Amino acid sequence: MLGTGILKGMVETAKNFAGSYHDPERLTTVEYPEQRIAPKENARQFPMLIHDTEDPMKGLRCVACQICEKECPPQCIYIVKSKDKRADYKGQMQFYPATFDIDISVCMSCQICVEVCPFESIKMDTEFELSNTDRFGGLLIHKEQLAKSNEHYRKIHPADAAASDAVLAAEVAKAQAKAKADAEAKAAKAAAEAKAKADAAVAGPVPAPATSTAPQPTSPPAAPAA
Amino acid sequence: MGKPTFQRKAEVIGVGREGELLEVAMGPQHPSTHGVFRMDVVLDGETIVKLKPVFGYLHRNHEKIAENTSYLASMPYTDRLDYFCSLTNNWAYALSVEKLAGLQVPERAEYIRLITAELTRLLNHTCLAGFLLQDMGALGTPLMYAFREREKILDLIESLTGARMMCNYMRFGGCRCDLPPGWVDAAKKVVAEYSKFLDEFETLLSGNEILMARTQGVGKLSAELAVSAGVTGPMLRASGVDYDLRKVDAYGIYARYPFRIPLGTHGDVYDRYMVRMLEMRESLKILEPALKDIPEGPVVDPKAKLRGFRPKPGEAYGRIEGPKGELGFYLISDGSPNPYRYRVRPPSLINLTVLEDMCLGQTVADAIVSLGSVDIVLGEVDR
Amino acid sequence: MAEVFQAIDQFPVTLKTWLLGHAAGVMPEWALPLLSAALSITPILAVFPLLFALTTVIERKGLGRIQNRRGPNRVGIPLTNIRLAGFGQFIADGIKSLTKEDIVPRSADKVVHFLAPIALLIPVLLTYSVLPFGRNMVPLDLPQTGLLFFFALGASTELSVFMAGWSSRNKYSLLGAMRAIAQMVSYEIPLILSALTVVMIAGTLSLSGIVESQAEVRFGFLHSWHLFTPWGLVGFFLFLTAAAAEANRTPFDLPEAESEIIAGYFTEYSGFKFAIFFLAEYLGLFAMCGLGITLFLGGWLPPFKFLGFIPSWCWFLGKLVALILLFIWLRGTLPRLRTDQLMGFAWKFLLPMTLINLFVAGLWHLSVTSVPMTVRWIGGFALLAIPYWLLGRGFEAQVGKREYRFAN
Repeated sequence: MLGTGILKGMVETAKNFAGSYHDPERLTTVEYPEQRIAPKENARQFPMLIHDTEDPMKGLRCVACQICEKECPPQCIYIVKSKDKRADYKGQMQFYPATFDIDISVCMSCQICVEVCPFESIKMDTEFELSNTDRFGGLLIHKEQLAKSNEHYRKIHPADAAASDAVLAAEVAKAQAKAKADAEAKAAKAAAEAKAKADAAVAGPVPAPATSTAPQPTSPPAAPAA
Repeated sequence: MGKPTFQRKAEVIGVGREGELLEVAMGPQHPSTHGVFRMDVVLDGETIVKLKPVFGYLHRNHEKIAENTSYLASMPYTDRLDYFCSLTNNWAYALSVEKLAGLQVPERAEYIRLITAELTRLLNHTCLAGFLLQDMGALGTPLMYAFREREKILDLIESLTGARMMCNYMRFGGCRCDLPPGWVDAAKKVVAEYSKFLDEFETLLSGNEILMARTQGVGKLSAELAVSAGVTGPMLRASGVDYDLRKVDAYGIYARYPFRIPLGTHGDVYDRYMVRMLEMRESLKILEPALKDIPEGPVVDPKAKLRGFRPKPGEAYGRIEGPKGELGFYLISDGSPNPYRYRVRPPSLINLTVLEDMCLGQTVADAIVSLGSVDIVLGEVDR
Repeated sequence: MAEVFQAIDQFPVTLKTWLLGHAAGVMPEWALPLLSAALSITPILAVFPLLFALTTVIERKGLGRIQNRRGPNRVGIPLTNIRLAGFGQFIADGIKSLTKEDIVPRSADKVVHFLAPIALLIPVLLTYSVLPFGRNMVPLDLPQTGLLFFFALGASTELSVFMAGWSSRNKYSLLGAMRAIAQMVSYEIPLILSALTVVMIAGTLSLSGIVESQAEVRFGFLHSWHLFTPWGLVGFFLFLTAAAAEANRTPFDLPEAESEIIAGYFTEYSGFKFAIFFLAEYLGLFAMCGLGITLFLGGWLPPFKFLGFIPSWCWFLGKLVALILLFIWLRGTLPRLRTDQLMGFAWKFLLPMTLINLFVAGLWHLSVTSVPMTVRWIGGFALLAIPYWLLGRGFEAQVGKREYRFAN
């Protein structure tokens, strides 16, 4: 009969109207800014730099390798390396960024900088209420604003932070193991030389041939594991 | 309907009547042209005698930018092509690069790709039904219902990829990261409730006499014209041609899950709308078993490199059945980190070329409805 | 107790008589009829624009709830933080439309452009003067031509629509105006024919007389509204459909099809003139609903006699609000019809149905003594349902549900 489709549609609409008063499924408005939707764990907005110690600038993990600057698709990261070096979390001497700017009016939150960073130092934040009335530089964020602590990272992305900490801990363990192995090798070698010297002293002075068994100069400390 | 447009124009307009005709430019600022799009329409009373689509208002040099950036850096730009369905765009691009470089994709990644692509298809078709009715004057009620369901799928996508719209999720040789814990159960719940929503939606819409009167017989597209113009996707299937790349190419693991292809007979707007509704139900039939069968394993090919990716010189064309049609990427590599030529085959643009043939002899209101049923997204048309 | 309710029911009339009595001592002879007219008009000018304002808010909130969202809920009393659940929105909208710049296109016909909204508002306001809002509350009682006066004014609103579309020198406006005129003229006929049925049965064109003809009490408690007869029921729905088309409401709002030709004949109007158009359109809708209530729903009469303690103007307003809610519900559900489908619907469906309705009403009236009640009801419904079904089949032959085949 003509009109039955329309009537069924009207019943459907009436059900939605009535349902909107008691069924949360039928009234999906979240009244921002008084109410907010809980952010998902994986959500990403703009990058941030992680720092480990109390002092944000001294504890920055970033070593200004500039890989993220090269890989960024819209080229919105601007890094200037420092002239001096300082020790990183493993005790090795690294550069640090004198300037690290991200232009968030250009950044498209693609997360490629995070994926290519070898030092677990740039991660994605979830802060999006960053609007600014300064047209000519208000959206160029410097490293002071970008630096967030590892605690903050653990709070907003627990699983990722745990994985990141595990990687860094593994790196530290590897470096320590290598240092220990090198130290042991060095000690063993020194012991072997001492023994050889003692044996030579016992056997009497012998004209040292050109090709002496004098120990080679020790190599410089183990190169940093990159 | 049989002869192509350029041969027919002279007889339709009629010599010497130019002074009585009304020329109207609909757009680019218009509530229902789905983006910045213009149609130059010549009217005789209310009947259309000539229609010229004008686009390019959203051109962003996507293909040229890709020639100067690395393959990986082009991936976020592909999100912005058809911004409703970013995951299928990512997959098409990843597929063509994998063909170019000969990378293998692990099983788990194939399953994730299938699931996200079908979820994206659900997103797109639901929104299309909503927008089509909005254009017809239903003042947003079906649109709001569609958006309510879309939010659930977008929540899933956000918890997986980190962003609702610009996902940047596929990588060459797999996916960027693994499924978070609990995602599969959440996805199963959404899929189980979706068919109930589709039933409600159909009750509201498909039997509605006004909808049927507005869409049946409007915007007819014959199968011969569709095939010769290169139209693909639901528009082609609504005209009766059985061509779905998921069956023809059987890319990914589509061959493992049986599903049917709905076909229309008249090729009008109602057929296109109903084909999309039926396709959504078929997608649910793919999603349910796939969510149960996801195997464990890595999500990315261990041989794939993130930085310094230089495929060997050659060319490749990778294509998928996107929600709008055949989305293809043609890449030519010359051994450097940037592609030599990067070409996107945009389904919306190619489907749009038959707009004039569909709309001649009909009224302005019908032209709007026909345009809505072509399902264009200007990001893809203009790139 | 009954006196208290009686007093509440008649308080506008008593207030007016009291004021006139006092003024008679103060004012000259010739000013008294003018004062009387002014006192009759003031409630209309106060109540109906306020009802319009509240309707805009309720419509937005109602549509929002239908669409699973909240409507406006922040604007309450201006300059304070009191939210009033958003019912102050009309104040904000009013201030906005009054303070907007009034842009007139350079090539527009300025005089006609200015006069068009006024030419719409004045006839619409005049139509309220013949509606009976309560017992003894008709501003202008025309015992021989009440209904005719109403329809004459309703038809004259169509002139202003064309004035608006033509003077704007805009192709979109012209298209909208052409569509609007075609629609309004086509739907006048079913509107008048369905009202004619009531006139035939009641025997008078006077609106208060038509309400009186529904005052008879049946079965001890039921007022005999014309709605409670087969021809009245069908006639009411036909009247409502035609009224929706006259008032440009969805599903007949093609002249203002927002998504196709922006705003149709009032594209070039901004600020206060647009507000007047908007006001006049809604007032026209209320007037049509008021007429429908008078003709079919018993005007200010309650449905059941024991509910007669509620004041009569409350009943009128209540029925009006119910009809408005019905129109809001329709607006939230249905897409709009295309021009030719609109015309086809008017000429090929509504017109035959109203003619058949007239015939059935005549049969009903003539068989009041000879045939028992149940037979009259069943016969009446059958005589109406069968043409409805046949005409519906005619429409469905062109459109209908389809079967889809699947490949593999």
